[in-house]
Amino acid sequence: MSARSPRDPAATRRIGVAVGAAVVLWPLFSVAEFDPFSLLGGNNAAVMGAFLARFLPPKLDPAFLSLVARAAVETLAIATAGMTLALAIGAPLGLLLSRSLAASEVGPGPGRGLDRFLRGMVRVLLTGLRGIPELVWALVLVRVFGLGPASAVLALGLTYGGMLAKVYAEILDSAADTPARALLGAGAGRLEAFLFGLLPDCAQELASYTIYRWECAVRASIVMGFVGAGGLGQLMDQSMKMLNGEEVATILAVFLLLVALADRVSAAVRRGLA
Amino acid sequence: MSTADAGTAPAARLLCRRCGLALAVLCLLAWASFAVLQLDLRPIAGAAGRAELGAYLSRFFPPDLSAGFLRRTAAGALETIAISLIGTLLAAIAGAILALPASGRSGAAGRAAARLLLNLLRSVPELVWAALMVLAAGLGPFAGTLALALHTSGVLGRLFADALENAPAGPEQALREAGTPALPAFLLGMLPVVAPQFLSYTLYRWEMNLRMATVLGFVGAGGLGQMLYYEFSLLHEPRASTLIAAMLALSILIDAASARLRALLQRR
Repeated sequence: MSARSPRDPAATRRIGVAVGAAVVLWPLFSVAEFDPFSLLGGNNAAVMGAFLARFLPPKLDPAFLSLVARAAVETLAIATAGMTLALAIGAPLGLLLSRSLAASEVGPGPGRGLDRFLRGMVRVLLTGLRGIPELVWALVLVRVFGLGPASAVLALGLTYGGMLAKVYAEILDSAADTPARALLGAGAGRLEAFLFGLLPDCAQELASYTIYRWECAVRASIVMGFVGAGGLGQLMDQSMKMLNGEEVATILAVFLLLVALADRVSAAVRRGLA
Repeated sequence: MSTADAGTAPAARLLCRRCGLALAVLCLLAWASFAVLQLDLRPIAGAAGRAELGAYLSRFFPPDLSAGFLRRTAAGALETIAISLIGTLLAAIAGAILALPASGRSGAAGRAAARLLLNLLRSVPELVWAALMVLAAGLGPFAGTLALALHTSGVLGRLFADALENAPAGPEQALREAGTPALPAFLLGMLPVVAPQFLSYTLYRWEMNLRMATVLGFVGAGGLGQMLYYEFSLLHEPRASTLIAAMLALSILIDAASARLRALLQRR
């Protein structure tokens, strides 16, 4: 078979891939209602323009600023409280899930099948916890706990608890398991084997991942405000519905500051751990 | 006395003074957070509250599995996938274009300006972009697509720019010095070097965007999320539980597919 172009020997394949991609993507563009002109059509552009024009100057009167400051503190508190709950859920489940710590994996013996079954059940539970987005948990929980931070804390705790357990178990299983196995073989319990056989090796990675998740929790807690779960997000949602550009600008700036702060803290702690 | 010391030695080593201090600070922070929030946990505190909670949760069962609604759920799932795919595609294109100045190809000032823009795009969360885009483009999946595209082009642009800066400049430079014009030199000398990295970043972001696209609808930006929010506000709990199950299934599917794909890419 001769190449179609003397310049590019892979031309046939490249064109084929491009045509194939276009055939697959074309209907998806229409499913996504891709229509750049809708940005200009109707009075969309006018509404958006007026809204954006009000961003400058941002609203800076003391009463509003203190409201935003209180919401910012609430956002940080939601993230931290949510992570505390997530740790309470994730750490024990992660220990249960880890294969290096299972006495039943050392060798054949009674309870091996039951042990595996239990681990499977824990894994299914965790998939449910982290497979449902935190925003959906928050939406459901707001109905139970009413508007406010309680549902955000619980939603973060449940979703991030599931994630922490999975990642903790992965970290524990990727470390050398000989010390823990030796301890288990000598008759130590699961907790002792973890504390003396695995933790010294894994502590840094575990802590560093936890801090990273806290940083994610700060970002997530603002978003959860959009379903009424407190913090800066709830404030921003209200201001956006009223098309209050100057308020949105202030809240957005504070949020960006908060994320940058969480970023710095997390990076500094992780550097300190390394 | 010395035997007692020997007995406590491992525990003492395990819980060094610095770790103890850190733990104390963390406990204090956790306590302070709960104190600030003063969470109202009455709904699950007493027996009456728990019964009420049970009654509420039982309204989610059984899920609505009628053929008509299942078909609408499937359409919602397809819309979610379309939003994530088109959003990521647009972001990859915009990210690649912005990465050129951001990797210092048009001077230090251009680099700083492009990086500032990328930072701004990336720092605003998808859901906030979605709320803004619903204002700009109206309710529906197009707003979600734009929101994902805006946030993700910030992320990908930064990653692409870093990849371009770290890639060896040799092949492109050689072509340039041999008299090749700038565009072909870039396409043939640089792009093949960074393409695998670009592709793997894009796939990784697509995975994240697919998860994100399921909930963007909460602010009216289409997909499963918009249906869930709608059914939820009409108190159609059985339908809501079908939609939540669909989200869960989608998430499990993504997990499995991305593990497969990653193994495949690694083998190559």
